[in-house]
Amino acid sequence: MSDVVVPSGQGALGALAFALSTRVAGIVSASLEKGELVVRTHRDRLLTLMAFLRDDPRFACEQLMDLCGVDYPGRAERFEVVYNLLSVTHNHRVRVVITTDEATPVASVHRLWPSATWWERECYDLFGVLFAGQPDLRRILTDYGFEGHPLRKDFPLTGYVETRYDPVRKQVVYEPVKLTQDFRNFDFESPWEGILTLPGDEKAHETRQGLKRLD
Amino acid sequence: MNGVGKADNAAAEAVVWNREALSPGPEQDAVIDSVNRHITEKGFVVASLDKIVNWGRTGSLWPMSFGLACCAVEMIHAYMPRYDLDRMGIIPRGSPRQSDVMIVAGTLTNKMAPALRRVYDQMAEPRWVISMGSCANGGGYYHYSYSVVRGCDRIVPVDVYVPGCPPTAEALIYGIMQLQKKIRRTGTILRG
Repeated sequence: MSDVVVPSGQGALGALAFALSTRVAGIVSASLEKGELVVRTHRDRLLTLMAFLRDDPRFACEQLMDLCGVDYPGRAERFEVVYNLLSVTHNHRVRVVITTDEATPVASVHRLWPSATWWERECYDLFGVLFAGQPDLRRILTDYGFEGHPLRKDFPLTGYVETRYDPVRKQVVYEPVKLTQDFRNFDFESPWEGILTLPGDEKAHETRQGLKRLD
Repeated sequence: MNGVGKADNAAAEAVVWNREALSPGPEQDAVIDSVNRHITEKGFVVASLDKIVNWGRTGSLWPMSFGLACCAVEMIHAYMPRYDLDRMGIIPRGSPRQSDVMIVAGTLTNKMAPALRRVYDQMAEPRWVISMGSCANGGGYYHYSYSVVRGCDRIVPVDVYVPGCPPTAEALIYGIMQLQKKIRRTGTILRG
């Protein structure tokens, strides 16, 4: 069911991972990834787990440091929502990861941590992840009347509209994007086209590319 | 016009104006001496009004603080004691009604563009705009972004572009001096 890392070095965190994966229901996995405790769970179990992490004295995660989204367009449930929790009491951090898609709402955690309100608005704004129970789910960063969710992988880099002041109408107007020069995508990895050493980096790369030996 | 000998025998002529912003030295001293001589001998100085107006305008360019991003930090450096724009009569204002010049320091986003234009419209004539840094000049690093205006000259007319990412405080001061030069050359008391 879970890939528990045996406590070593980071004993306390490993013990927490073990406790989570054995005692708490609905945990997909709880493990140490690069020395950090990462808990994966189901959407439906999120609120129970979060309340547990906040109120259980072993975890005591008083603060929600961050909430963010990740987009994996290839997956059936393309979005991940990542919650980074901090316990000031124990000086440890817990990362909770759940998955969702464009249509399925995630339960809002703003009742557990009021700070989540703005994070959830940001995640909704940039990824289009819906949060159920969030009373103020509107855009927070992008322009008024903005369409689309810019951090989705299928959102075009340059967007759809650009602004300009129209001297006739005497106001700033929106128009479809017209680029005078297209965005150039360099393939730095290709051995045929790639410029592995950019101008100015020659000295630093001489040794890296084996042009000059370190003796 | 700015020669030492010429200024010396200019007693009967019009005052040699400090049109090209002479640097401190014998030439500038000659100009000041000639003005002083006029005042002590006659008690008045004859000059053309538009030059005095331009002198006044270049000597008290009050910028509208429009710090949008990291360029604002370099702009603040220019205001602070090390570069000290105060000595040039440049004092940042919080209100567009009191400002002569707007320094657009930083990335101008689509969301900010109407606000920038509104502030510009609220400034009294004559008004000037300095575009500071790559982002304000042409979008810079964010040229292809979905949310950034590709140059603030799409929103307001720009007088001086200061290149750099961000430009140093010296570069901004040089830009301001270029603007003063432009005002001296093109400034007029006629309404545009």
